[in-house]
Amino acid sequence: MNLKDKLVSSFLAFDDYLEDDSPIHDIRNKAIKNFEENGFPTKKEEDWKYTSLKPILNVDYSIFPKGENTVELKDVKQYFLHDIDTFKVVFIDGVYSSFLSETTHDSMDICLISSALKNDRYSALIETYYNKIAGEDSLTSLNTAFAKEGAYIHIPKNKEVEKPIEIINFVTGKEEALMAQPRNLIIVGENAHVQIIERHQSLTDNAVLTNSVTEIFAEKRAFIDYYKIQNNNSTASLIDSTYISQERESNCCVHTFSLGGKLTRNNLKFIQNGEHCDSTLKGITILKDKQHVDHNTLVQHVAPNCESHQDYKGLYADSSTGVFNGKVVVEKEAQKTNAFQQNNNILIDDKATVNAKPQLEIFADDVKCSHGCTIGQFDEEALFYLRSRGIAKNEAQALLMYAFANTVLESVKISALKTRINRIIAKKIGVNIGFNV
Amino acid sequence: MLHIKDLHASVNEKDILKGINLEVHAGEVHAIMGPNGSGKSTLASVIAGKDTFEMTKGELTLNNEDISELDPEERAHRGVFMSFQYPVEIPGVSVTNFIKTAINETRKAKGLKDMPASEMLKLIKEKADLLDIDRKFLSRSLNEGFSGGEKKRNEIFQMAMLDPKLAILDETDSGLDIDALKIVANGVNKLRNKDNAVVVITHYQRLLDHIIPDFVHVLMNGKIVKTGTKELAHELEEKGYDWIKEEINA
Repeated sequence: MNLKDKLVSSFLAFDDYLEDDSPIHDIRNKAIKNFEENGFPTKKEEDWKYTSLKPILNVDYSIFPKGENTVELKDVKQYFLHDIDTFKVVFIDGVYSSFLSETTHDSMDICLISSALKNDRYSALIETYYNKIAGEDSLTSLNTAFAKEGAYIHIPKNKEVEKPIEIINFVTGKEEALMAQPRNLIIVGENAHVQIIERHQSLTDNAVLTNSVTEIFAEKRAFIDYYKIQNNNSTASLIDSTYISQERESNCCVHTFSLGGKLTRNNLKFIQNGEHCDSTLKGITILKDKQHVDHNTLVQHVAPNCESHQDYKGLYADSSTGVFNGKVVVEKEAQKTNAFQQNNNILIDDKATVNAKPQLEIFADDVKCSHGCTIGQFDEEALFYLRSRGIAKNEAQALLMYAFANTVLESVKISALKTRINRIIAKKIGVNIGFNV
Repeated sequence: MLHIKDLHASVNEKDILKGINLEVHAGEVHAIMGPNGSGKSTLASVIAGKDTFEMTKGELTLNNEDISELDPEERAHRGVFMSFQYPVEIPGVSVTNFIKTAINETRKAKGLKDMPASEMLKLIKEKADLLDIDRKFLSRSLNEGFSGGEKKRNEIFQMAMLDPKLAILDETDSGLDIDALKIVANGVNKLRNKDNAVVVITHYQRLLDHIIPDFVHVLMNGKIVKTGTKELAHELEEKGYDWIKEEINA
């Protein structure tokens, strides 16, 4: 049985297992129908032209993890931002781990989507926000149909969350191959501030496919600083769809660090509904071997006087492949929009490939929009400069890679995280250069 | 110290250097002058080991060791330093961290341990003072947003830190106002001693008023066509290069 058929038939059993009065019962049913009709996307679709899911669909994934698995803190501590205090919402094989988590209901909610869906206290918010901006593409629909766990974060009006929130999904490898479908809902109230770090981490060499969906709502003047760390094992694949809706004067920034994994597809969609919104999308991608990352971004400018900034840097070694498909839509009403998009790539080896496809669709007449895209190799002059100072070739290349990625790295606002990502990058590059942050 | 004999070099099979002969001894300052396109910067790059140039013929030795097949970093470890005409910007890496890395890489190549931090700081302070460099400057990203003068001063600062045996200054005077020129020249003069040598590559004579050369060589069409003393530089400044061309053709 292929994966699609297996998923569709499993849904019936899954649906029986859930209570009928679940507020999202109808949403789920509609979603599975949508998935059944459309199936997994293929390269025939324009949005998937450069990414084939075939190699990761041909695996007999377990769709429902069998039991509650545990991990020792010492084994996973390295994946937490342990040198600073954080809230944590941690899942192991899709099941909440209270032992590793630190949640709260004190003046805000940092907890589980499963409890939010069950508890009447949250029903009004669920009614208003759940699945309201998530797309209707087949992969998001698949998540909507099956999702039962994830983080639920609600930051009320004027609340400044005092420490970052980490959302971490571990996969243990107790199942031979596993499919995980976490679902996060994040609502940030008027003038509230929050920093969130999201990570998917496999602890096994077994095949893992994560199909994650996150909906984020930024109310008026909300401030959201979001980081995605994608540094998974070479047997783990991730489809990560993030939908962000911004109201007036809100500011939302997403950094995506794609540093590992077998196949990663990022769908990052912003919609600006009010005036004076600011959206920032930044990314560093460092790949090797046969790794593949596809960044598919969309910024939808609906209202006037808004800004968006995109800056994606990619470093591709060996036979790794990358895609940057960035789309900016400026609707007719969105006058005085400033939209900037930058995508720079360095191919370290001859076999590495990047496909870049910037798209601008502008229907307003008084806007400033730009996009720039480069694909190149190391600057020979720069390399010679460093080597002439006694720095060996590989270290010199590393220094240049570091410098290249730096415009993205320097905007990371959580310094402990910045240090951490610096270390990951230095390790990736395979050198130990004494640069400070 | 530096011995160059019948050196030929080409880029993309186009011959640039066509038989250079040059002997530089410890304690000496040599100036290499010549019109645009004569091969001055190529000569500097070939000595420093830039691999876009192919040395097709000749000898290139430093202290009796053939360095013609060595990588640029290996030449640096043996004491070759080149001050760049256009230093490269490296965002995110501070001047201090860059120079620390360069020094420790060189020490590593010589089988030495990293320089202790306190010693490094002392050295940085001493050399920064020598070149009148503000401490704040040292924490800025390497060459990023530096003015022309700052870039050149930073090159000489690196030279001071690395303490090379052979320093090649490639058009170090270009883009400098007279005050910056004096600071840079003064720095170079303070770094000179009986054990090192300096090769100054320049278009104009004005730098040579401050760094007094022992020998002046004129490079034209890939060859050294005339060698003299500092007076030759003055003559070139007054009369240009045409008279030398005529002299050769005569």
